[in-house]
Formats: sequence, structure tokens, C-alpha cells
Amino acid sequence: MKPSHFHYLRPQSLEEALEMLQAYGEDAKVLAGGQSLIPLLNMRLATPKYIIDIGGLDELRYIREAEGQVRIGALTRHVDVEKSGRIAEACPLLGAAVQRIGHSQIRNRGTVGGSIAHGDASAELPCVLAALRGEVRIQSTTETRVAAADTFFLTYMMTDVQPTELVTEVRFPVLPAHTGWSFQEFARRHGDFAMVTVAAAITLDGSNRIAKAQVAVGGAGPVPTVLTDLEEAIVGEEPSSALFESAAAQVGDVLEPDGDLHGTPEYRVQLAQSLVRRALDDATSKVGGAFV
Amino acid sequence: MATYVGSNYRRKEDYRLLTGKSEFVADMKLHGMLEVAFVRSMHAHAEIAVDGTEALKMPGVHAVLTARDLAGVVGPLNPLEEFRLPQDLIDTIHPVLLPCPEDILAVDKVVYAGQPIAMVIAENRYLAEDAAARVLVKYTPLPVLADPFRAREPGAPPIHPAMGSNVQASLHVEVGDVERGMAEADCLLKRRFVVPRVTANPLETRGVLADYDRRSDSLTVWTSTQVTFMVRSNIAKLLDIPEEKVRVVAPDVGGGFGTKGGVYPEEIAIAYAARRLGRPVKWIEDRMEHMQSCRQSRDQVHEVEVAFNRDGRILALKDEFVVDSGAYNPLLVTCPYNTVAHMRGMFKIPNFAIAGACVITNKTPSIAYRGAGRPEAVFVMDRLIQIISRELGLDPVEVMEVNLIRPEEMPYDQGMYYRDGTKLVYDSGDYPATLHHALELAEYDRYRALQRERRSEGEYIGIGISSYIEGTGIGPFEGAVIRVDATGQIVAYIGSTPHGQSHETTLSQICADEFGVSPEQVTVRAGDTSLLPYGVGTFASRGAVTAGSAVQVASQKLREKMMRIASHTLEIPVEDLEMRDGKVFARQMPGRSMSFRDIARAARPGPNPARPADLEPGVEATHYFVPPSVTYSGGVHVAVVRLDKDTGQIDIIRYVVVHDCGRVLNPMVVDGQIQGGVAQGLGEAMYEQIVHDEQGQLLTGTYMDYLQPTAMEVPDVIQGHSTFLSTRNAMGVKGVGEGGAISPPAAIANAVSDALSMIGIEVNEVPVTPVKVLQYCREADARMRLAAAEGAR
Amino acid sequence: MTQRVAIELTVNGRPVRAEVEPRLLLADFLRDHLELTGTHLGCEHGVCGACTVLLDGDPVRSCLALAVQANGTHVETVESLTQEDGSLHPIQQAFADHHALQCGFCTPGFLMTVRGIFDDLPGMTEAQIREAVSGNLCRCTGYANIVRAVQQLQRDLQLQAVRDPATRSGSRVDDRGALRDTARSEVK
Repeated sequence: MKPSHFHYLRPQSLEEALEMLQAYGEDAKVLAGGQSLIPLLNMRLATPKYIIDIGGLDELRYIREAEGQVRIGALTRHVDVEKSGRIAEACPLLGAAVQRIGHSQIRNRGTVGGSIAHGDASAELPCVLAALRGEVRIQSTTETRVAAADTFFLTYMMTDVQPTELVTEVRFPVLPAHTGWSFQEFARRHGDFAMVTVAAAITLDGSNRIAKAQVAVGGAGPVPTVLTDLEEAIVGEEPSSALFESAAAQVGDVLEPDGDLHGTPEYRVQLAQSLVRRALDDATSKVGGAFV
Repeated sequence: MATYVGSNYRRKEDYRLLTGKSEFVADMKLHGMLEVAFVRSMHAHAEIAVDGTEALKMPGVHAVLTARDLAGVVGPLNPLEEFRLPQDLIDTIHPVLLPCPEDILAVDKVVYAGQPIAMVIAENRYLAEDAAARVLVKYTPLPVLADPFRAREPGAPPIHPAMGSNVQASLHVEVGDVERGMAEADCLLKRRFVVPRVTANPLETRGVLADYDRRSDSLTVWTSTQVTFMVRSNIAKLLDIPEEKVRVVAPDVGGGFGTKGGVYPEEIAIAYAARRLGRPVKWIEDRMEHMQSCRQSRDQVHEVEVAFNRDGRILALKDEFVVDSGAYNPLLVTCPYNTVAHMRGMFKIPNFAIAGACVITNKTPSIAYRGAGRPEAVFVMDRLIQIISRELGLDPVEVMEVNLIRPEEMPYDQGMYYRDGTKLVYDSGDYPATLHHALELAEYDRYRALQRERRSEGEYIGIGISSYIEGTGIGPFEGAVIRVDATGQIVAYIGSTPHGQSHETTLSQICADEFGVSPEQVTVRAGDTSLLPYGVGTFASRGAVTAGSAVQVASQKLREKMMRIASHTLEIPVEDLEMRDGKVFARQMPGRSMSFRDIARAARPGPNPARPADLEPGVEATHYFVPPSVTYSGGVHVAVVRLDKDTGQIDIIRYVVVHDCGRVLNPMVVDGQIQGGVAQGLGEAMYEQIVHDEQGQLLTGTYMDYLQPTAMEVPDVIQGHSTFLSTRNAMGVKGVGEGGAISPPAAIANAVSDALSMIGIEVNEVPVTPVKVLQYCREADARMRLAAAEGAR
Repeated sequence: MTQRVAIELTVNGRPVRAEVEPRLLLADFLRDHLELTGTHLGCEHGVCGACTVLLDGDPVRSCLALAVQANGTHVETVESLTQEDGSLHPIQQAFADHHALQCGFCTPGFLMTVRGIFDDLPGMTEAQIREAVSGNLCRCTGYANIVRAVQQLQRDLQLQAVRDPATRSGSRVDDRGALRDTARSEVK
């Protein structure tokens, strides 16, 4: 289990990185934290001709707030998000989700941009990004564009990022006031890739009714699934366990999970129903802040 | 005098392992060393044509060897002498045992995916892997037999044509009169039980380094094995060289659990390559190779009929089982015979008939894994106890009690033979007391009450009990040579091959007590065929019993010799001398003494020796301990679980083990063995399974698919000890290595079945996954709702 | 022609310069080039944790890092724990005291993971400790004694913080020295 030969490129600036992608992108893999790529190299399942190591681009390591969003540089490590006081305040859902990524050794290397660009539908960050309707900034030598989450994830491990492009920033909306959140995940063993993940944010209005609901399920289809029907159904309602239970029971219709060794499609649907219910209950219980 | 035996003496192995000064095979580097990558079969069954010419041209490549290079030079592996049944047992049960030799590199045909086809020898592993990818193998696929039930059908094409059948081995044992027992009983039931394939998965993979010395025309082979002596005899035999020219060393070994308890083709191939190339050659198995090619275990299906009376008393048990042995079965009927011998466990079942068959399929070959046939037996027996109790409306404890062997019936004769050819007679134990001790620690009555209370609230709690006995300390022998060196240090050379069992510590404790010194004054050396002429190995819970007894008796012999030398020099009768604190002194005149160093000097060969004329020179004694038969450990596990109705997860609320391993040499070590064994057993019960598809392709080839439990999954086991000394060795020790791993599958399956007993859910197969549990819970909820609705009407 | 990349890093406090093939894994660089064989390879796909080392103070899997990625970093391996006189680091001592290892193959990975959370230990719950070591697989011990060893270490650190509040502050690099000083003062 040793990687095969590749040519190693280490750009010193974003500009240089984009130029390298322009020149070699079709035959290259971008190396950031390496926590998804290096296992594939070791197994020789990935044998790229070039590796573009963007690890030196410190300009892509930051957590900022702008225009109601938490903007995270693509090279920001999971551990930095996990430990960020700013994220705990502005987007605690993200902070909670990041804690569920693999194990600490993985979070110490893995990057936010890498996880998003990898596009694994069962991974934590894509699920949160989809639920909150976040955005991804994508750059090439010719263009900088921003993709919305719902157009970014295409299918299994496929995203809107072209071979000559690089994900440079991931944007998560700041949670509004009176919003509760929950991140639920189940794996057979702690730290494994989740069988199902659920990210939810619930905003209540002054009369204690649901003003806004954002819920997505990961691991139950080729891309994270935003539960728009459920969101619409519960907005305007008073939160209750009964409401959430009946709403969660409906989600099976929109999920299309595959089966594998660890769970049948039926199981994943049932699990998603349970976790959606738990997430809605948990999110509602976390709504804080007095109404004026 | 037991000063150190029985104490929590800190491990002597730890310092090097904690500081990175340990040396595993992968850590070794010799001048001019080359590294190997094996080319392994992509297909489970195919004819092959191999072409290594392109690979040979790759940079850094020194050789590409295939079966052609080995033809006529290196013979195939045959089942190990040590695991053949003794002749008297063969004459009694007349098993079928067909020869099934395993080629070192596949000849013309492959029989499982992962089988070694060619070896690429290069400057380093990176280059070897590059070249291995260039070895061309043309496969002509053959029909794959991945299902043992299809493979054993009379018309099925034999995977090894010379065998003429895929049933490689079968055996049948009968005690009493099963048909009469069946006829006389109040009730009968039939069930099918499945214990799937798992793998031991030591954290250190296999690894071999061989060095050929031209001057002496000899080989030194370092290998991560549990059985150095067996590796040596096979290398010598298959390469056709004298054993004297082969030294096999197991340096630090990172776990084995049975899977390193055999001889592998790669060990032979690496030894051959080093000799052929005249350079050191190393192969370190990677994890993907390990998952695919390292031998696997369990994989039994049982069809059982049991006859019992309304009080729960079992009158007869009939079992037919099939073992999926994979493509080769080097341990022959070792595991299935263990299943047979341990099936009735702690219970008196007068009429018993059991037949087992080892079937060859196109899967990874098989070997023993911690428990070696016993977890399968216990799974069958303890599931039956739980099922019978439910059928009769009794508590499982009641059914256990009416069937348990009573302490006054010890030694108890089960009316058949053990695998070593001796009569299967339990030596000691009080099974009812062990059971009740476990129930007490588990707070059985409290959890039964809680279970009832919570069930009415829709929460499912279950309690599972499992008991086991284990024949431990199997022969044929183990050896120890004890010597005092010129500085007075005691050295114990052992024939076993420890790999985590703490032998350096526990055997030092035994030795230290015999000589009245601190264990620090004892060095234990093991895992090297050059240390003493004969040895067997470390497996089957045999180390403490066999190596421990060998050390004890050899120490006693040497002590006696040293006393005689001291008596001779000091001119004081032996009866008036005492040995303590590293010297021998006159009890009445402590000033008259000889240190061990003095005695060592007196014992040196030479003219005018200062020792009795009839004593051989040297301070050394040897003992080969030959156990009269195995000695029977036993224990009871109790699991209390809660089922998560949202996810299907099994939460273990409490896990209790009470066990008897006779005299405890080091409680800390024994507790560690139990806790570690339970972790593996829980893995098997809830997480782990090796899955091949219908084409014999492995679907669980990585650590992301084969789920070993982590610190988040394994509970702290609450342990109790009951000590019933063995009557089969002087110390009264019984083995403990496997006990922890034997019962968890049965305990967990019983607990889940118990949680849902009101709707008759039976968990007769492991692992009990969330998918299954969620389905059971949904069934239970629906039935409970229906019952409530009916009750309301 | 095989590409070679020059790297400079600090390993266990010593500067290291080398030219390596870019595909060389950090674990293999440590083991084969620097002969620091205390770092073990158990799975080479980032699950077992046996190869855990500290990279700039944080535990990472050295099988999931290329040696070239370690350019300019500080790497610490299990060999860094033992003090110059051969005495054990408190983490190592706790593992020995609690029989937290059997075959010992996974042990260096556990030690380095615990080293990475050493500063945070006093405030951690048992569940957090278990979570923190759950990225390391052990096939022998069943983890109970590993958790006990870490909890003992935690109690020692808590006691020490009460006795000597000064040791609570200070950087990661300093606290080992501080601990050693405390141990010495106890001997007096």
C-alpha cells in the first residue's frame, strides 16, 4: 500500500496554483489535507500524474464573517472550525457537525474545502451546507464564481468543480436569532462514515411558531437531500413532538438511499426518519433568546 | 513460596514497547536487504498464465519468481504434524481426512482471491509494488464455489481435483443413545444457527525477513508467528535442508490470536528467495493483503435438534454442522473437533450425537481464531437454553440450573475423547456457584424487574447469559531450559512464542518464587528456535499451563542442583541450607553462604570441580512438561442491553464475566486477557464479519468495512474470579487466553432475544447489526400496540 | 528520472534535511530514513491510528501525510517522550502502571494521541477521553486499561495543578519540562 509515482507541484500562491490547474488540471489531483486522497493513493485507486499540493497557501486559511455569512477559507482545517469561538456563536450547527468528522487525527489535517470538494453525500459538511443553503466560491485563472449548494453537488462524489478550478472558500449563513439547531448522525461505529446524517435549523417567531425551517439529510441519496416539503409543512406550525413525528414519517418519499453491507435502503430510510425527528426536537429545544 | 506468583507484578515487556525500542519484523533492516510485493489473484477460481518479463525490467527489481521457479525445488505445504489427531482418537471416531496440499505460489490455477501467484523482489516496497503491477496474469475464469452447501453436493466439481470431493474432513461423535433420548422427552425443537466468518486482525500484519549466510549455508528467518518451531520444521522440510541450518525467530509480535498460529506459504517463499538471491529479503504484509489473504475463521452453520422435559432438563442433543474452510484447511479438524468437544459445556446432556464437515470453497483459507471452534459451540448451546426457557415459560437461569454439572460430580466424565486423545474429563469447578456469582455481579434480579417495568413503557431491555468451559493447556509438551549465568542472572529459555501474553513477566514470577529472588533477577527469552531443542508455541490458551509448568519444574530441578553444589562446597547438608535473595546459606549460620555467582563458578567445567562428582557441569536444567490432558477453565458471561428503537443500536448497560482459570499468576494480566477477549467477542457479536460475494470476492477488504470496535464501543467488563485449582499441573493453573472471547456472541444474542422475548424474536445468527435490531423493534412495537388495543377492547 | 524534493523539518527537536521522492509517506520517512521505528504502520489507510505522530503539536496519521508535506514542520514521535536518562514520560508510566498494553504494537499511536490532548486532560470527561482515543484501534486490551491509565494521568495533573498552579499555564512545549521539575521536587 504505497502510492505510485506522481510529479509533485507545490504552488506558492493561489495565482500559481490556478495556473498549474489550468496547465495540468485534467491529469492532476489537488492535495490539501490529504485525508481522503492519500488513502486512495496508498491503495493505488488514484494514480494521478500530478499532485498539486496547495498546503502552502496560507491565504486560504481563515474564518471571517461578511454579509450574514461565515466565510471559511478552503484550507482551514476541521480542528480550527471545531475550536473557533466565532463559529460556536455564529453557526453552532457547523461547529457541532465538524466534531463528528472522523477522529481528531483526521480533523487535525482535513480541510473544509477538501471535504466540500470531495463531495461525499454522507459527509458532515455537505449536509450542513445543503441544509443552510450555503455557497461555495470556485476559482480558475479565468473566473471566480459562487455556486449555491443545491447546484454544487451533482451526484456521488461529483461536484460542479471543473478540473481546472479550485474551491477557495465555503460560506455558511450565520444562524438568525431565535434559532435552534441540531446535527444528528449515526454510524455503526464511532467515527466512521455516517450511514445517515441530519442537519436542522429551526427559527421561531414571537408567537412561538416555526418561522423558518432548514433540514437536510446526508447519506440517503447521491447528494445531500434538502427536505423542502417537510420545511414547508412545519413552517407556521407550533412545534411539538407530534408534529415532528408525523413530518418525519413523510420523508421516506424523497429519499433514495442505496444499500450496502452496513445498511439496507429500507433501514436508511427508517434511520433518517428517526434522526429527522430527533433533530427537529433537539433543534427546537435549543431555540434561545427572549422575544422583544 | 509464593511471593510473586499471584501478585500484580508490573510487566517487564513494557519499557521497550512504550519507548519505541521494541523490534517488530517490519522494524528490522539488514545490509543489502530487498523487499517483496506479492502478486495476488484477482479471481477466486481461474486458470492462470503468468508472465513476469515486463516486471523484471522495472527499476530496482532483482527478481520475479513464479511457481515455475519453485517447481521441483520447493514442495507444497501440508497440514501441520502438531494439529493431526492422535491415532487412538482416529481409531475411535474414524474421521475422513483428505490430503490438501497448498502450493507456495499458485501452479496453473488459483483457488481463492488473494492467493499468491508471483513474488517481486526489489530495492524497496515502493518499487516492488510498481513492478508487481506489471506482472501479467492471464486469467481464464472457472466456476466459483463460494457456498459450502453447494460445494459439498455430490455432483459439485472438486476445487482440488486430486481430492475428488470438496468435503475435506468430516467427523462424527456419539455419546449415549440420542434416538432414545428424543423418544423419551416431553418436547423437541429444531433450529439453525449461523456463526459467520471473521478474522483475527492483529494490529501488526504478518511479516517475514530471511537472511542467508553463505559461510555456514544457513538461514535465519524472523517472522511474526506464534509457532517458531513449526515454521522451522516446514522451511527445512520444504526447502529440503537440515533443520540445523534453519533458525526461526519471532521478535516482538504484534498480536496473533490464532491467525499467526500456522505456517504460511509466504514464510516458505521468503526463506527460499533469500537463499536463492543470497541477500536478506523482507516482506511486510499490508492491511489489504491481510484482509484478503491472511487465514480467517469460524464460518459454521449448525442444524440442531434438542429434546427436553418440561422442567427444562435436556435429554438429547443432535447437531449436524458445516464449516466453510475456504480454499485450504491447514488445521484439519482442530476447530470442528473443539466445537464437538465443547458443545455440552457446563451441562449434563446424556445423549449426544454430532457430525461436522469441513468443506473447501473458493474463499480465503481458514485457521484457528481465539476460541477456535468454542464460540460456535457456545453460541449453539446457549441459544438453545434461552429458546427452551422461552418455550417452557421459565427463566433461563432455571433451565441452566437443572442441567448444570454439580461440583460434587467433579471430576466429570463427558463420555468421549478430547482432541489430544485423552478422555474428556473436567478436572475441577463449581459451575452453579460461578453462575450465581455472575448473576449477583450483574444484579440480575434488579434488571429483571427493570426490564418488566420499562417494557410497559415501550423500552426494550434484555439480559443474556452465556457459560463456557474450555480445555486449556493442550500438549503435546512445552519446554524450558533454566540457566544461571556467570553473573548470577537466571535465564529461562522457553519454547513458546509470546505475542502479548506477558510471558516475560509471569514466567519470571514463577521462576523467581522457585529461586527466592526478585523477577528482575530472571530473564525470560522466548520465540527463538536456537534457545532450546524443542518447543511448540503460543496458542490455545496453553502458555501459562505448559510453559509455566515447564519453567516451574525446570526451576525446581536447577534449584536442587544448586543446593547440592552449595552443600558440597559449604560442607553443610542440603536440609540445613536455604535459598533466598540470590544466595544459598546455612539456616543456622547465615554467614556461611554462596551467591548464585559463586555457585555458577563452582559448577564450571574443569579439573578438580567444586561440585559433587555425579553432577554434570553447568548450572542448567531442562524440563519438558507433558500435560496428562487439558485442564478445564470455565466462566459465565452476563450482558444487560438496551435497544435503541430509533437506530437499532445495542447499548450495553452492563457486562459481567466470572471465570475460573485456576491459580492466577498475575491478576492484572488475567483481567487484561478477559477484557481484551470480551472486546473481540463483542466485535464478533455486533460489528465484525468477513463477507465474500457469490464470485468469492471479498467485500470487507478495508478497516472501513471490517468494523473492529473502538474505545467508544467496548464497555468496561465487571469481573469476578472463582478459583478452582487444576488437578493436572502442580501450580493448579488453567489457561485464560481465549475465555473472554468465547461467550460474547451468545451473551449478546441471548440478551437481544430476551429483550424481545414477548414476541418470540430469536437471534440465531451474528453479528446482530442495527439493521436487524431496528427491524425486530418495529415488529415488537407493532405487536405491542396490537396487544394493547386488544387489551383495551 | 525520479523527482526528488528537498525538505527541511524538525524531528524530535533535531533539524533534519533530506531529499525525498514526493510519494514517500511521512511514516516511511520516519521509519526507514530516520530509523524512528517506534511509529508503526497498522493499516496504511488512516483508520487504525498506530502511526500517530504529532505534527506541529497535533496528533495526525503519518500514513496519511507525504514526507514532503511535513516540510517546515515540527514532528514528534514516540521516541520523543522518553527522557534523556531513559525515564518514562508520565503518559508512558501511566500505561505501564495500568497494564494498558499487551502486544504493544498499537501503543505508540495511543501515546502520541494522548500526548496531543495532554494539556486538555484535566477538564475532560470519561466520554471525552474515550472519544479522543477512539481513532486508535487496539486489538488486545479492550481499551479499559487504556482509559484507566489516561484517567490516572488526569488525576495526577489535576492534583499537580492544585499543588502548583504555575504549571497550568505555559505552552505545550513547556509543560513537559514543568512536569519533570515537579517530579524532581517530589523526590526531594
